[in-house]
Amino acid sequence: MIVVDVKLACCPAARIDLPLYSLHCRLPPPTTTTQLTMAAAATSLANPAAFSSSLTRRCHHHQQVFPSIATLNVSNSTKQRSFKTLITSNPTLTRRPSVVAAATSDSSSSVSGASFHGTCYVVRDNIDTDQIIPAEYLTLVPSKPDEYKKLGSYALIGLPASYETRFVEPGEYQSKFSIIIAGDNFGCGSSREHAPVALGAAGVAAVVAESYARIFFRNSVATGEIYPLESEVRICDECKTGDVVTIELEQSLLINHTTGKQYTLKPIGDAGPVIEAGGIFAYARKTGMIPA
Amino acid sequence: MATLSFISSNSSLLFNKISISKQKKAPTKILAVMTPETSERKPSTTGSVKTGMTMTEKIFARASERSQLSPGENVWVNVDILMTHDVCGPGSIGVFKKEFGDNAKVWDREKVVLIPDHYIFTSDERAKRNVDILRDFADEQNIKYFYDITDRGNFKANPDYKGVCHIALAQEGHCRPGEILVGTDSHTCTAGAFGQFATGIGNTDAGFVLGTGKLLLKVPPTLRFVLDGEMPDYLLAKDLILQIIGEISVSGATYKAMEFVGTTVESLSMEERMTLCNMVVEAGGKNGIIPADATTFKYLEGKTSLSYEPVYSDAQAGYLAEYRIDVTKLEPLVAKPHSPDNCGLARECKDVKLDRVYIGSCTGGKTVDFVAAARVLLASGDKVKVPTFIVPATQKVWMDLYTLPVPGSGGKTCSEIFEQAGCDAPRSPSCGACVGGPLDIYARMNEPQLRL
Repeated sequence: MIVVDVKLACCPAARIDLPLYSLHCRLPPPTTTTQLTMAAAATSLANPAAFSSSLTRRCHHHQQVFPSIATLNVSNSTKQRSFKTLITSNPTLTRRPSVVAAATSDSSSSVSGASFHGTCYVVRDNIDTDQIIPAEYLTLVPSKPDEYKKLGSYALIGLPASYETRFVEPGEYQSKFSIIIAGDNFGCGSSREHAPVALGAAGVAAVVAESYARIFFRNSVATGEIYPLESEVRICDECKTGDVVTIELEQSLLINHTTGKQYTLKPIGDAGPVIEAGGIFAYARKTGMIPA
Repeated sequence: MATLSFISSNSSLLFNKISISKQKKAPTKILAVMTPETSERKPSTTGSVKTGMTMTEKIFARASERSQLSPGENVWVNVDILMTHDVCGPGSIGVFKKEFGDNAKVWDREKVVLIPDHYIFTSDERAKRNVDILRDFADEQNIKYFYDITDRGNFKANPDYKGVCHIALAQEGHCRPGEILVGTDSHTCTAGAFGQFATGIGNTDAGFVLGTGKLLLKVPPTLRFVLDGEMPDYLLAKDLILQIIGEISVSGATYKAMEFVGTTVESLSMEERMTLCNMVVEAGGKNGIIPADATTFKYLEGKTSLSYEPVYSDAQAGYLAEYRIDVTKLEPLVAKPHSPDNCGLARECKDVKLDRVYIGSCTGGKTVDFVAAARVLLASGDKVKVPTFIVPATQKVWMDLYTLPVPGSGGKTCSEIFEQAGCDAPRSPSCGACVGGPLDIYARMNEPQLRL
């Protein structure tokens, strides 16, 4: 049964709100995966990543016009015959792509020159937190260093067998892949912070997804474990597991050395100065929300 | 700070222009837009600057001590209740101590609710240790609400133990209209049924709340779902929310509030409303919310002595989109593997072979769910054909199974009907096998099977 992602016009198109958080950029440019992991671990334990004061971006480029009811029914019929679209929604609602006042034009300039280089691991849409870190491992408490390390060994162990390459080899605590490339709605499902933690503990430096589920994104930035970057196009369709890639944060660029292609990434946002402050707790102290 | 302005227009007056601006008070004339705009005219030139707010926006405004705000703004809100459980509590406590110091005190010992519920009835030592961590913290901080369990062999021997956190929060009167409730669990959105803002957060955010009682949140725009029509006998709120998720997809409500209104919603019990809001996160939603009414107030009577002030969406509030559903046209649904939005009609799945049936969880383990199941079993008069596991959400629900007469059964209780139908006896209340967890959790699927 093919699951067609029926995107009713209003919702994806109106994904105007960028996730709240932005990324910690004080990590030194990683030379090896291990170094980044250690840096990430140290930074994440000391300085969970920062908030941005506000992040905006352009509306999603998907549907701009609300489909008519007839169109909806037709598209649903390819999904499964009998599940009817019975919800009526306003057919003349139009959504225009550039109404968002983007305050992000100066975004990436504040992110100091961090770049990530490594091999990538490619996953599809809707990778949920059960796949990232199955529930049976949640007895491990991320704030305990030895259990943090163990979480890394189980990262993405819940992926189905159709993913022939395992993310972390049996017996290892780290992955040889330091960048994950994903489709839509990465990290959907549970609020478990163990999910970005497991990825970070396994040595993931950054995830480049088409879009994120909100709690996962928020947790990623709060912990500083991984950089949750967003792509403009479906990079997951054009990259393969094992490709060598570089992410240049300042230029918001992903370069796939294996295919020779480059992709623009969406800017992190105007969180640069907040990131420089060094994390949610540091930000709160700096702005006087909690005593220094 | 960046401002958002997104403009929607349509041919009915259901939608209004949403414009967010920070300038002076708007002129009183409100423009009713009849045709889609063709030019990008700024709100200030059209004279339709909005001041109405949705109930979610109002809750944010009150919690951040602002008179007005709009979707997209990031605000520091005062948290009324922070809930955590045995899986994420220890991690949150770890962050709290690390950031605020080993001797730090929580911001308010009466606003932290510790509810062990996930990995309870198991021999897993780390799982038991995690409940111990909660207990140590509760003792050290003199936490008022800690629903402890020590005797795992007999859940009834633990007078404080409740069961599934989201149901326990409601039953213990911690859900109140107009408040902000955050919890370290994705289904914290369940509490929105009480007309409050409730959402799931991670350990680090929870650690922050523990120390400060505040959280930096972005105000979400609202999707409005108007459900009208008399609820047919063969439908439950779960069918309604599955219909919605099936249509808007698992990312259809990402970063948005889902507001449920209409005559059908008004006719639903609190438990059914909780089911609706519970699965908001399955659509990617930030929170689900239902306006408080007489049903809500009656439910809360005797459960809480704290005062509360409900809020309601303004008539001219702006919504991102509005959906209208005539529930009389719906049929029972099933979410098929492997996604909550892969919905099909139950009647079309009747030839699918099942390996087992599990009735439980925060979504489907409340009294109303068991009564509905009992009525189906009673009507069939048959025995179940596959192993059927019954896991009530809380101690209260467990009691109801054994005491409440099922309508139309001639005085039988749910437990009697389940027994006669050959189901497994009702088990200790907890999240149970829904989330999985340690391999020895009751009814856990430890091999590929099809479970309803």
